[in-house]
Amino acid sequence: MKYKSQKVAYWFFALSMLLLSLQLIYGLIMGFAHAGMDGLHEWIPFNTAKAVHTNLLVVWLLSGFMGAAYYIIPEEAQHELVSVKLAYVQLISLALVGVAAIVGYHFNYWEGRKFLEIPRPLDYLVVVNVLLFMALILITLFKGKRKTTTALVMSMGLLFAALLYLPGMIDFDSQVLDSFFRWWVVHLWVEGVWELIMGGILSFLLIKLTGVDREVIEKWLYVIVGLTFLSGILGTGHHYYYIGVNKIWLIVGGIFSALEPLAFLAMALFAVNMYRKGEKKHPNKTALLWTIGSAIVSFIGAGLLGFAHTLPQTNLYTHGTIVTAMHGHLAFWGAYAMIVFAIISYALPNMTGRKFYDTARGRMAFWISNIGMIGMTVAFGVAGVAQVYMERKMKMDFMTVQKDLEIHFYVLIIMATLFIVGITLYIIEFFKHGQPTDEALEVNELVED
Amino acid sequence: MLSKKQARAFFLGGTVVTFLIFIGLTVYSLGEAQDQSHSENITEAVVRGKKLWESNNCMGCHTIMGEGGYYAPELTKVVERRGDAYIKAALMSEQPWQPRGRKMVAYNMSEAEADDMVAFFKWIGEIDLNGFETVVSPLAKDKSNN
Repeated sequence: MKYKSQKVAYWFFALSMLLLSLQLIYGLIMGFAHAGMDGLHEWIPFNTAKAVHTNLLVVWLLSGFMGAAYYIIPEEAQHELVSVKLAYVQLISLALVGVAAIVGYHFNYWEGRKFLEIPRPLDYLVVVNVLLFMALILITLFKGKRKTTTALVMSMGLLFAALLYLPGMIDFDSQVLDSFFRWWVVHLWVEGVWELIMGGILSFLLIKLTGVDREVIEKWLYVIVGLTFLSGILGTGHHYYYIGVNKIWLIVGGIFSALEPLAFLAMALFAVNMYRKGEKKHPNKTALLWTIGSAIVSFIGAGLLGFAHTLPQTNLYTHGTIVTAMHGHLAFWGAYAMIVFAIISYALPNMTGRKFYDTARGRMAFWISNIGMIGMTVAFGVAGVAQVYMERKMKMDFMTVQKDLEIHFYVLIIMATLFIVGITLYIIEFFKHGQPTDEALEVNELVED
Repeated sequence: MLSKKQARAFFLGGTVVTFLIFIGLTVYSLGEAQDQSHSENITEAVVRGKKLWESNNCMGCHTIMGEGGYYAPELTKVVERRGDAYIKAALMSEQPWQPRGRKMVAYNMSEAEADDMVAFFKWIGEIDLNGFETVVSPLAKDKSNN
């Protein structure tokens, strides 16, 4: 940490940890319901649990991205954040909107559109909140001494993410158009502009952790985000195969979404190569583990498992089955959750002055959560493939198949428990660092560039 | 060897070109001539049904056109498969509908609301889904073949 205002990032990260914990509880409720145990149905029916689970994911990741931006942008721009007070206002309003939305879901107050369940009045508050955030980041960047590629790419990702929220607020009478433009938000976020944010954070971390020349790292950052958009924008077509729009999307979506793993492969190769090339070995091994881990797991989860069911010939059978949940879990974990964990692991010792760089608990958190998540992915995958064969090939009734799948959800619950143990260790490590302090500024000079 | 300037040109150029193609394809595929959804059949009842579908977050459990919660049955061809009366009974039930033990929220809808939902499902059932409609609803497919 080089600027006092970077400390505000800590509270965004703390909010992330809190919301993540809640997300896991609602995930478990869903897992038990799938396994035939829905004792909470009266208070938390499945559709409530699902809306809360997915929305908490989005909000905690956004809070993590915002924290990352508040940490990275001042350091890259070499300028204090323009207003720390307003950043706290933004944090509190983000938390309030998030909590209001989640409480509302328990009282049938929602829009009922997958991933975009937040009711319209709260949508406007989200827009105001994000505008405030973007203003703080962009003014800081504009006033800064330097405008690095890392900061520009990350800010561009955040700005596009804010703009792309708007198509999701258009009202349509047609379910087809509703679905079409809903993917402008969801797909272009997750398989487009969020990758810019991820790329920006990854680039910042690699510069700090490996000591490889900034020019080299940022050159490859351009190539990676170039590949992301080149494949990801037209790759949106894979959501349009079977929702009632023209067949042209079968060809365009098929070709371009098949190219999407390239961006993730490039990111994995880039991270591993920079690590091997690097002469400076930063002592923060935990941050390095999450950074390289994120690049590799995102290639497997988002790249390979996405490719596994993205071709129209395959997707015809897997569309609308648990196969999607298999891909979704490992993709979000690898690409976004792990990169947020990486920047937190890097920033925490710098903000608090406590150098827990390579602890046994930190390493266990990484390995246990990853083994748990891979186990969950396998359970989802087996259940999904079984569902496809029984329901779509053998033409069995939906609920008959669901009964046969229950055993896989017992496995899922066991692996999810392991995952939760890993996350709990990470959160314990987070709070063991204590709160950020200005004294950390002096301590950092020893290891920073 | 690739320079940073060339890498930036690749990023910006690729993004602009693919985005323009994306917009072009969107305009083309949503044009009237390409309509596969029979949008002329979207009546007021269908729109009211869609609003009920959204305000109750039915998508949180069910799927429609393959999109949704994967917890309850796909409803794309539900009218063909189950008929109006069964659907209305499920929606108007005061107790949680629970075929084979998996509970649905008891929506206790009025007859008019249930009719709107059926109208919405009927419109959905007529959409040309590029072949997905035959895969997702084998029971409906078998019925039409017999």
